Amino acid sequence: MCATCGCSGTIGAESAALGVHGHGPSDDHDHDHAHEHGHDHSHGHGHEHPHAPSGPDSTAARTVQLEQEILGKNRLLAERNRGWLEGREIFAVNLMSSPGSGKTTLLERTIRDLGKEVVVSVIEGDQETRLDAERIRGAGARVVQINTGTGCHLDAQMLGRALHELGPAMGSLLFVENVGNLVCPALFDLGEGARVVIASTTEGEDKPLKYPHMFRAADLILLNKVDLLPYLTFDVGRFTAHVRLVNPTAKVLEVSATRGDGLPGWYRWLASREASAPPRV
Amino acid sequence: MHELSISQGIVESVCEAVPEGKVLAVRVEIGQLSGVVSDSVRFCFDACAQGTRVEGARLDIVDVPGRGRCGSCQREMDMPELVTRCPCGNPFLEILRGRELRIRSVEVT
Repeated sequence: MCATCGCSGTIGAESAALGVHGHGPSDDHDHDHAHEHGHDHSHGHGHEHPHAPSGPDSTAARTVQLEQEILGKNRLLAERNRGWLEGREIFAVNLMSSPGSGKTTLLERTIRDLGKEVVVSVIEGDQETRLDAERIRGAGARVVQINTGTGCHLDAQMLGRALHELGPAMGSLLFVENVGNLVCPALFDLGEGARVVIASTTEGEDKPLKYPHMFRAADLILLNKVDLLPYLTFDVGRFTAHVRLVNPTAKVLEVSATRGDGLPGWYRWLASREASAPPRV
Repeated sequence: MHELSISQGIVESVCEAVPEGKVLAVRVEIGQLSGVVSDSVRFCFDACAQGTRVEGARLDIVDVPGRGRCGSCQREMDMPELVTRCPCGNPFLEILRGRELRIRSVEVT
């Protein structure tokens, strides 16, 4: 019998040395194994150790067809959020961008400009800190912060929890500021009404080609920091042409969140609530 | 690193769908245009499986090649990347295949 766990399997010297303990299904129970040797370490047993069953029938493997979407659970939760939001006539806008594109500055300005006409609230996603939430609160909107820790995107479950905590008002406008990242958030439907990608003139014109999943998923693309164009070599025409390669239908608006350029167009787009994001395929 | 979430999703779905027995292998389909990198899923899978009934299971990944259709000339073609230009000049193809993120089957004892 195995001195380590009392089972009838054999164990290789290598795995014994590592303190790992697995038994193959075809063990013949001969058991002259590398285990009765004098170890000088004690072998406390807090670790998991899977055994294959030793009965003759239970070792037979069988295949179970699942045919399940890996993101199926997220999709269901996203649909639940979408229904919850639609029932309350809340327009939820998922804002996505790389870090430093000016998402929070744009939100502060939008809240100050629109706050008298419509109730605005915000769900802030960041890996760490409550700094952005404090800025948003300072601008006059209710806000819930989600810290994703090591997570690089928001998912539908996180949004669902935040919605219940925030309790946005009927008919209001809700911004979801996703984690600053142009890769991962593209994949996770939150149940939002529209997806907006913010790029800025201090980034490359080739961002749409480098991150095509994100730009393809967008309903609207805001090109921020156009006030800096005189000091940069950024070519707006080239940027727009690159957007068209990955997304022929999304609207592109040039804005400056600090100086105010183009913001009336952004506010008109928000007021029209024309985009209604279909679930991601 | 959304592949970590994808791997967690695989392990959780398998544990829910197969309530008992030891999982020996999991077969998944990952489309070339899904935005998910197979090697990264492989890298994360073992870590996500630790302490579950999927621990130690083999992960078989079937890479599904991308396939698209041109909206201008209706031609169908291989679409190895999201930005693939049709020979007719149209730069934007409709995706027919390659977005798959599916768990096909599991092998259990």
